[in-house]
Amino acid sequence: MSDEKAVSIPKQAGSTLTEDSAGDGEVLLRVSGLKKHFPIRKGLLQRQTGAVRAVDGIDFEVRKGETLGVVGESGCGKSTMGRLITRLLEPTGGTVEFEGRDITHLGVGQMRPMRRDVQMIFQDPYSSLNPRHTIGTIVGAPFKLQGVQPEGGVKKEVQRLLSVVGLNPEHYNRYPHEFSGGQRQRIGIARALALNPKLVVADEPVSALDVSIQAQVVNLLDDLQEELGLTYVIIAHDLSVVRHVSDRIAVMYLGKIVELADRESLYTAPMHPYTKALMSAVPIPDPKRRGVKSERILLRGDVPSPIAPPSGCRFHTRCWKATEVCRTTEPPLLELKPGQRVACHHPENFQDQQPQDTVLLSVAKEAAELVADEVLAESAETSAAVAAVAAEVSEAAEAPVAEDASEAAAAEDDAEAPASEDVTDGDNK
Amino acid sequence: MSKIEKAALGEPAVAAPSDSDDAFLSVRDLRIHFNTDDGLVKSVDGVSFDVKRGRTLGIVGESGSGKSVTSLGVMGLHRSANAKVSGEVWLDGQELVGADPDDVRRLRGRKMAMIFQDPLSAMHPYYTVGQQIIEAYRVHHKVSKKEARKRAVEMLDRVGIPEPDKRVDGYPHEFSGGMRQRAMIAMALVNNPELLIADEPTTALDVTVQAQILDLIRDLQKEFGSAVIMITHDLGVVAEMADDLLVMYAGRPVERGPAESVFSEPRHPYTWGLLGSMPRLDREETDRLIPIKGAPPSLINVPSGCAFNPRCPYADIPKDNVTRTVRPELTEVGSEHWAACHMDQEQRERIWTEEIAPKL
Amino acid sequence: MAAYIIRRVFGAVLLLLVVSAVTFAIFFLVPRLGGQTADQLATQYVGKDANPDSIAAVKQNLGLDQPIAVQYWDYIKGLVVGADYKFGPEATHCGAPCFGYSFKSHVEVWPQLTERIPVSFSLAIGAAVIWVISGVTIGVVSALRKGRPVDRIAMFIALAGVSLPIFFTGQLLNALFVYEVPIWDSIEYVPFTQNPADWAWHLILPWVSLAFLFSALYARLTRAGMLETMGEDYIRTARAKGLKETTVVTKHGLRAALTPIVTIFGMDFGTLVGTAVLTETVFSLQGIGAYAVQSIKDNDLPIVMGVTLVAAFFIVFCNLVVDLVYAAIDPRVRYS
Repeated sequence: MSDEKAVSIPKQAGSTLTEDSAGDGEVLLRVSGLKKHFPIRKGLLQRQTGAVRAVDGIDFEVRKGETLGVVGESGCGKSTMGRLITRLLEPTGGTVEFEGRDITHLGVGQMRPMRRDVQMIFQDPYSSLNPRHTIGTIVGAPFKLQGVQPEGGVKKEVQRLLSVVGLNPEHYNRYPHEFSGGQRQRIGIARALALNPKLVVADEPVSALDVSIQAQVVNLLDDLQEELGLTYVIIAHDLSVVRHVSDRIAVMYLGKIVELADRESLYTAPMHPYTKALMSAVPIPDPKRRGVKSERILLRGDVPSPIAPPSGCRFHTRCWKATEVCRTTEPPLLELKPGQRVACHHPENFQDQQPQDTVLLSVAKEAAELVADEVLAESAETSAAVAAVAAEVSEAAEAPVAEDASEAAAAEDDAEAPASEDVTDGDNK
Repeated sequence: MSKIEKAALGEPAVAAPSDSDDAFLSVRDLRIHFNTDDGLVKSVDGVSFDVKRGRTLGIVGESGSGKSVTSLGVMGLHRSANAKVSGEVWLDGQELVGADPDDVRRLRGRKMAMIFQDPLSAMHPYYTVGQQIIEAYRVHHKVSKKEARKRAVEMLDRVGIPEPDKRVDGYPHEFSGGMRQRAMIAMALVNNPELLIADEPTTALDVTVQAQILDLIRDLQKEFGSAVIMITHDLGVVAEMADDLLVMYAGRPVERGPAESVFSEPRHPYTWGLLGSMPRLDREETDRLIPIKGAPPSLINVPSGCAFNPRCPYADIPKDNVTRTVRPELTEVGSEHWAACHMDQEQRERIWTEEIAPKL
Repeated sequence: MAAYIIRRVFGAVLLLLVVSAVTFAIFFLVPRLGGQTADQLATQYVGKDANPDSIAAVKQNLGLDQPIAVQYWDYIKGLVVGADYKFGPEATHCGAPCFGYSFKSHVEVWPQLTERIPVSFSLAIGAAVIWVISGVTIGVVSALRKGRPVDRIAMFIALAGVSLPIFFTGQLLNALFVYEVPIWDSIEYVPFTQNPADWAWHLILPWVSLAFLFSALYARLTRAGMLETMGEDYIRTARAKGLKETTVVTKHGLRAALTPIVTIFGMDFGTLVGTAVLTETVFSLQGIGAYAVQSIKDNDLPIVMGVTLVAAFFIVFCNLVVDLVYAAIDPRVRYS
């Protein structure tokens, strides 16, 4: 563990809550406090001067048969996370449990039997297949590596796999360059499926493919899950693809999970401002909605460097709701609503976690300029609604942010209602 | 060293075609074929479109559809001996395909400029961002380095790069992806071009950065009133940006029209396929996507008849096997809205409203 | 940047130490392992009229009876501060860098080397200028005219250049221009300081024959590099800016294509200073390559050792320069 600054960094996860709510479905993979720091060496003696905190303490679990989607922008650590749970990388800290067995620090030899159960599909169908090997050799390689003799022989089994992923079994002797991108991705999938894995981790499985081919591969993954009872962790930057394939979704920002929720809750009522911004940035293929800037949240600047992530909440440098507490204290990932875990002091669509802290940071004021008035109004309204509900239960403070936003709210009457309903539901838990 | 040559502006070789007098860029039957060892590749095989000042044309298609080749053709960047370019490209009343390459060169970067997909590989790794912008400015303006540098800083500031007077001396690899694309835009706009071609300008960027860049391009277009061509495979991006739309498949346009009507009443099965293939955040969650079967064709062996016929679920509807023998031409299906399909208009309208639209 | 330079220099010095240790081991330890005794080694020094007394004296004087580590230490010390040898009553001082004395002629090694280094260096530098200019030019032209007759002819000649050995081309030039059509009356080394024009004039033939081989190689390298760079996205960007094709090729294309060539050039040049044996022999030039061959024939270990170290020094030094130049050319190197 690295020595932390004066800023307090609580363990990310409300562990007790987590385990309770994970009850529906057997947990296949459990990750806690997972960290991966890549050392940076500098100077004459190449001493370690710092570390890229690619993954910096994340907790989640994957249940049997579900698909966990992981989204985030480049540099958020999602790919590193994928390589950690498949143990292609050695974690710096934390634990990875697969079927209740700690696999965090298993050696290559001990991992071998594990490799049958956990497989990976890679992004680039062009570079992940050895151009000198035939498709038969590539797809059959896992049998050889694991010393498994499938019924009816390797060739027959490989041909069966090829037809399962929608390729012609006759192409057994062809080379990768004879296939198109989509077909190569199918080959990659066939290879991953060879040993009947329990968990398949797919890192950007469709992002290198053309739109029409993407849909084919997405559907294929869908069908395979249904037929073979697979469990997926699908890592992608495309929010619409992730929404389509996932049951639950983890949103990552700078090596942390900021929100983890089931698909429905996440997309209808995101609670972390980053999630909200991320979703609002996705261009909608409907020209009629063009120019309606109302829904758009523009984030200022770039994702900060994972070498020196911001103190407190890592998103506070770009967040329009950031207050002093965001700068000093890292918000824990708490289950605020059933099935929705959020790490935020001032969540959207929910009652404020730090209502006493109302003074916006100057960065937040700048950031707010880029947020459409309607969005601010809506968020103020929902927070206010939640606060009102909360006030009945216990004496709660007034909604924050409302000062400058409520005027806008008054001006815009059409702030959407469903969001506040959701919040109310959630609060009644 | 970069002398400013007497610009070849204002001396059009031939009169502009009459049907596009208000178009700033007018492309007529553009064909770009490449001789390769494997055969003749018809990357672009008959494309026509107009772009007016202040308007944005979106060109959509998959890899190999010819959308990028078209844009490079407009810029006159196909100079290899193996490329055969024919057709007409009229830029502000001047024809470019038959023009002296050196005259076209003088227009490049000045009257028409281009932004590329991957700003890391599109900028020279050995020169600072400033040097590259200064170079772009000084090719077309006879000014001192100092003045050009001032202009570069000004442009970097305009595209939203913080501390532009410092960043101007930075190298591309020291910039983040988004900042690099901003710098690329600054470089493209340094000469106030009237036509801006953006080739997948945000494909390599994260969504939040993409939103920033699209916003920037929109603002700059408003400010300079330039004509913009936006090339992308992302229907979301086109919907955000484009006034008009050109859908390309295997080197030819299959549908063209105002963005709103192409999105609301698409009249080509390929456009339907694209819409059905992409999961959408603005719609109810669907169970399954509706992919297009097969893969885009090789441009050496383009299927006869309608190039889309092997992938088209409706290829057998038109009589006499016409989809496999006759190449459909663009026909008007609505106001300014054209599509190239053998099916009757009514049939297409029915299929769209009854079969396709409800599933999206 | 400073840390980068210091690290490289440090590395270079370390490398030289390793090289010296290895060579020392090869030349002084291996004979011992092969069964040669200190006496036998001392005998080689003494030469013809060896008698037990003189052998013993030499043995003791040169420290041949010392443990190998001590001998190595003395050798390095000699290189840095010089050494004193006592031959009977009189003592000789061998100034730094002291490589010892020739077994055969009993003269100090270092002055012999300094006499020959300029010859080899002159040979290398002149040839290098010719091959870099011609090779790169041919390569660029070939790349820009890929597949056309110019390219095919150039690449054919390049293939010939790579395939023909120096002793063939050198002899051929020699025979043609010194004997048949005597443009040159002789090929000899005239010190640069004495008369630069004469220096160059008399070295043209060796330069050309040496450069022929290398420029062929460099033409092929440059061509490959240029073909790759001209396909890069930033070249397209440069054209899209409206730059003239010549600017695109030289400022944007060539600069990037030359980077790997700089690396190879550094190695080739460094190596060539100590190993242009064939050229030196063909044209009877007294360079260190030829000297090395002679001393190996004579089994004159101190000279072999000296030549090896000098050659190694040039290689290491040139590589150091390459590293620094590389950092200057490619800004990305400085940060990694």
